[in-house]
Amino acid sequence: MQIEIDEISKEFGTTAALTPVTLSIPSGALVALLGPSGSGKTTLLRILGGLEFPTAGRVLFDGADATALTVQERRAGFVFQSYALFAHMTVFENIAYGLRARPRTTRPPAAEIVRRVTKLLELIQLPDIGARYPSQLSGGQRQRVALARALAIEPRMLLLDEPFGALDARVRKDLRQGLRDIHDTTGLTTIFVTHDQDEAMELADLVVVMSMGRIEQVGRPQDIRARPASAFVRDFISA
Amino acid sequence: MSDLSQPRAFRPAATEAPWARITLIIAVVAVLVVLLFAPLITVFYEALREGFGAALATLAEPESQSAIRLTLLVAVFAVPLNAVFGVAAAWLITKYSFRGKAVLITLIDIPFSVSPVVAGLCIVLTFGANSWLGSWLVAHGMPVVFAVPGIIMASMFVTFPFVARELIPVMVEQGRAAEEAALTLGASGWRVFFTVTLPNIRWALLYGVLLCNARAMGEFGAVAVVSGKIRGLTATMPITIEILYNEYSSVAAFTLAAVLALLALVTLALKSLLEWRYADQLAATHRH
Repeated sequence: MQIEIDEISKEFGTTAALTPVTLSIPSGALVALLGPSGSGKTTLLRILGGLEFPTAGRVLFDGADATALTVQERRAGFVFQSYALFAHMTVFENIAYGLRARPRTTRPPAAEIVRRVTKLLELIQLPDIGARYPSQLSGGQRQRVALARALAIEPRMLLLDEPFGALDARVRKDLRQGLRDIHDTTGLTTIFVTHDQDEAMELADLVVVMSMGRIEQVGRPQDIRARPASAFVRDFISA
Repeated sequence: MSDLSQPRAFRPAATEAPWARITLIIAVVAVLVVLLFAPLITVFYEALREGFGAALATLAEPESQSAIRLTLLVAVFAVPLNAVFGVAAAWLITKYSFRGKAVLITLIDIPFSVSPVVAGLCIVLTFGANSWLGSWLVAHGMPVVFAVPGIIMASMFVTFPFVARELIPVMVEQGRAAEEAALTLGASGWRVFFTVTLPNIRWALLYGVLLCNARAMGEFGAVAVVSGKIRGLTATMPITIEILYNEYSSVAAFTLAAVLALLALVTLALKSLLEWRYADQLAATHRH
């Protein structure tokens, strides 16, 4: 799905989290929103997911105005920073949650839900953990379960907030490739937030460098490296 | 200079010296015995002083029966209503930021800081026959003061904060992420509440409800003022205990007191049973 961000601004009280930003994301791209904390990248991601509403501006999905769509109507697969798995449910129930929450008319039958969850567990290469609780999983396993849960709703896009933030360095490297593979398999437009320039440069097709609620530069990793648009970008990516 | 060849007994930095530990333990046990166990044993001892039959006979009295029924009735109304209110207030306070939030938190705490007698008096002044609201209610056959509705109101006022106070810290700690995740997965607000929020707070909610229940059944001051202490009609168990005690019917008074204490002990036992029964679940979810 192609995403158009048209002059979006967001204020929390008197502080501006996003000064009008405009960004076009091609369908099927793997995009990194890169910036230091407080740069507005998470706010932008939450606006796309329908968890925050912009003070001004529009969001377009495939050319149609989606600004007023509720969080449920957006159908965005959202992976939260600390994964936000449901602690009182098994991994299976976590992944099935979105399917079971559908209205009766569009809800798949129980056998179909089992089939789809099983398939997703295979996709994240953890076929045997369906009966476990989130507290019994490692950090990396939790992240993949959160990804499977987001994918279960057949989302129109995948939004990830610091998906590797809570993991140690070695697991990070493995899961980067895991996200790349899942993106390539599903072909979903995928946007992830990160403050780690290595991660953004290595993983993304398109990097959006943000600072203080503004977009500093948009481009392919090699272009940003070769021609940083500002002193901020040059300092940030060489850090 | 310390002699390095001499082995020294190290103890962890956070551990007190043995004499301090023993003193603290003795002090706590002494306070528990004097303030908790001794009175509890006395209550049962006095109740059964003239034998089990005499105690049972007082419970068969219509006055005692009415008191027990009324106390249970009050709890049946006050506890669920306060549970719903407490969840709603805790939800509002922890999930949203709005103007006047601090005022709301203070309002919830008022019953903790105001004497129950004052609270009862306020209800009498507002709903009593001398106020316009009270006279209207009496004229329409719905008296509040010196009647059951007033007792329920007084009990609700006093037990107002228990559920909310128990839930707020738990909900603050949990944050919004799990609920937001459920929303992005397409769940409606109510579905999120019943499948995510409520399961996450159920232990805190249970504790809050148990505390609320214990207090609702045991409340004396506020109920004493609004009930008018009409025997067999508006006298709850604590009120009836006081009436009987003042009349030197000590077996009757202590028997009712023992029943009230038993209700509390059953509540505690129930709580422990649930904790024991769901220990594995508690451990698995790291919530309690």
